[in-house]
Amino acid sequence: MEFQTVVFYLFGAIAVAAALGVILVRNPVHAALCLVLVFFSSAAIWLLLEAEFLAITLVLVYVGAVMVLFLFVVMMLDINVDRLREGFWSNLPLGLLVAAVLVVEMLLVLTGDVFRQASSPPALPTDASNTESIGRVLYTLYSYPFELAAMILLVAMVAAVSLTLRKRKDVRYLDPAEQVKVKAADRLRVISMPAEKE
Amino acid sequence: MEFERPDFSLAAAEIFVAVMALVVMVTGTFLRRISRELGYALAQLTVIGAAFITVFSVDDPTVRYTFGTMYVSDWLGQVLKLFIYLSVFASLLYGRLYLIERRLEKAEYYVLMLLSMLGAMILVSANNLLVLYLGLEMMTLALYALVAFDRDNGLRSEAAIKYFVLGAISSGLLLYGMSMIYGATGSLDLGVVGQAVSLGAGDELVFKFGLAFLVAGIAFKFGVVPFHMWVADVYHGAPTPVTLLISSAPKLAAFALAVRLLVGGFFGLAETWQPMLMLLAVASIVLGNLAAIAQSNIKRMLAYSGISHMGFVLLGLLAGVTDGGHQQVFNAYSSALFYAVSYALMSLASFGMVLLLARTGFEAEHIDDFKGLNRRSPWFAAMMMLVMFSMAGIPFFLGFFAKFAVLEAVVSAGHTWLAVLAVIMSVIGAYYYLRVVKVMYFDEPMDRTALIASSETRVLLSANALTLAVAGLMPQGLMAVCGYAVLTSF
Repeated sequence: MEFQTVVFYLFGAIAVAAALGVILVRNPVHAALCLVLVFFSSAAIWLLLEAEFLAITLVLVYVGAVMVLFLFVVMMLDINVDRLREGFWSNLPLGLLVAAVLVVEMLLVLTGDVFRQASSPPALPTDASNTESIGRVLYTLYSYPFELAAMILLVAMVAAVSLTLRKRKDVRYLDPAEQVKVKAADRLRVISMPAEKE
Repeated sequence: MEFERPDFSLAAAEIFVAVMALVVMVTGTFLRRISRELGYALAQLTVIGAAFITVFSVDDPTVRYTFGTMYVSDWLGQVLKLFIYLSVFASLLYGRLYLIERRLEKAEYYVLMLLSMLGAMILVSANNLLVLYLGLEMMTLALYALVAFDRDNGLRSEAAIKYFVLGAISSGLLLYGMSMIYGATGSLDLGVVGQAVSLGAGDELVFKFGLAFLVAGIAFKFGVVPFHMWVADVYHGAPTPVTLLISSAPKLAAFALAVRLLVGGFFGLAETWQPMLMLLAVASIVLGNLAAIAQSNIKRMLAYSGISHMGFVLLGLLAGVTDGGHQQVFNAYSSALFYAVSYALMSLASFGMVLLLARTGFEAEHIDDFKGLNRRSPWFAAMMMLVMFSMAGIPFFLGFFAKFAVLEAVVSAGHTWLAVLAVIMSVIGAYYYLRVVKVMYFDEPMDRTALIASSETRVLLSANALTLAVAGLMPQGLMAVCGYAVLTSF
């Protein structure tokens, strides 16, 4: 067996095992961590396909941002695991039926003509960089949609801030800027008083 | 593909609005203490400035492209943009007092308003599937936030969640259709897609499969039956100035989406998408008019009436191609454009009236709130009567000519039964419009509070309503503009 094939099966096996872990482990935090492992293995498989940019983005965005956020939510929500598991056996037949239909459908699609490729695509030359070529078109041909995506992120930011930022009036707090600017005269006032005698 | 430096001057209006949205945001953050009026003034200046830029760039009716071929500058886009500016302008002006009274007047409101307008502008001038989608998302994301802007009100949040979830589903449908088209043609450019479709290059089954998803996505954005579930709840739940905006600018943008995708991209398969639109149009005209009768809330009534009006727009779009002949194309599409634009004008005036009657702590959402309006303000009762007559399609108001143009196109395309059905349903629909007129003139007023409105609002609202009557007497001007826009753009 070629080295690449070995690596593919290794990461494929890890991905499948981790995916099973996501649905089988009891603890939701462990399930989320298993999902992180699935993403890592998929990223490795993408590296094998010479799509290193996608692989890095998957790790950065999904592992670095989405899953961390997800873990936060899971930890904050305090989910009662036992109640989620109620009715597992009674729902099993329906779940199995849906899974069977899905498998049949995927088999039909994958064995059909649409996805049959005449030959595997030629390997890229060793000095070709996926990241560089994406960068080249992203900032030239696709600069307009790229800028639009940036504006959409701005919309999301403005919306999120305007919908969630609240000024609480019942909290007493000190403004550091005001504190720094304070002068001795604001704190202490020397007043001259006539001396008093007993 | 070689990269050319894009001609930024064609997209000057978009760039101006984007920059001004940022200016409003920054001044709103740092100069809040100086002036509360600043955000409003800057937003209105932006809309007027964008209108000037667009007007001065329309002297040349040729179709021009920039950013590769992603941005198209043509008369269709310019006409739609001008009416989108008008909608935003009216929403800001009519809604100003409403916002101040409810303490919603913040810089973010204006930023989101301008960004939503920017999204609509980008969508209207898009010539690429990716840009169409991004423009649509920018517009609707800002609208979701605007619906929820009064965040302590449960009704608003509920409407925003419904709008958001259903809007996300419809975007998903649209994207799924686009990915099919991309898979079949290998291009996101609508010109290339159009050529591939008409030459029959690529798998026709994949084209039709993608087309079905695209039509569903477009129908969602139009809010036509059976994709109308969100319309009444969102119109009812949103703050009235936002409802006013949702009922006008996004409908024009949805029209652009339909025309760019179906006529620009899928003209070769017109015989396939026309029956789909026919089903949607018939269902909307029937259900919209019947459901509107049962409403006691005027915002919900106008929502259902909007559904039936959008059905009419679809009627115009489906009358283009008959038996492979292209003679009808020009009349049909220009009648649909005319209808969309007229509906926007009528919708602005009708929600403007709802806003006029609203005051602090009182929404004027019920038809009963219009009772005896004649006693309180004979002038605005007459204006509301003009709007209702025009919406009902009573001759000789603008709405009549809009319906007339569409029905003429439908009859000459050979669908006489469709025209007959549309007329019957319009007559049934006239009932609920005339009911509003009846309560204004023949019922005793429930409260006799004087109407509070700024003089600008009074002037613009009167002008808006009178336009419906004057343009009804002289519809040739607007019709000629619509016809010219369609003629030069395709």
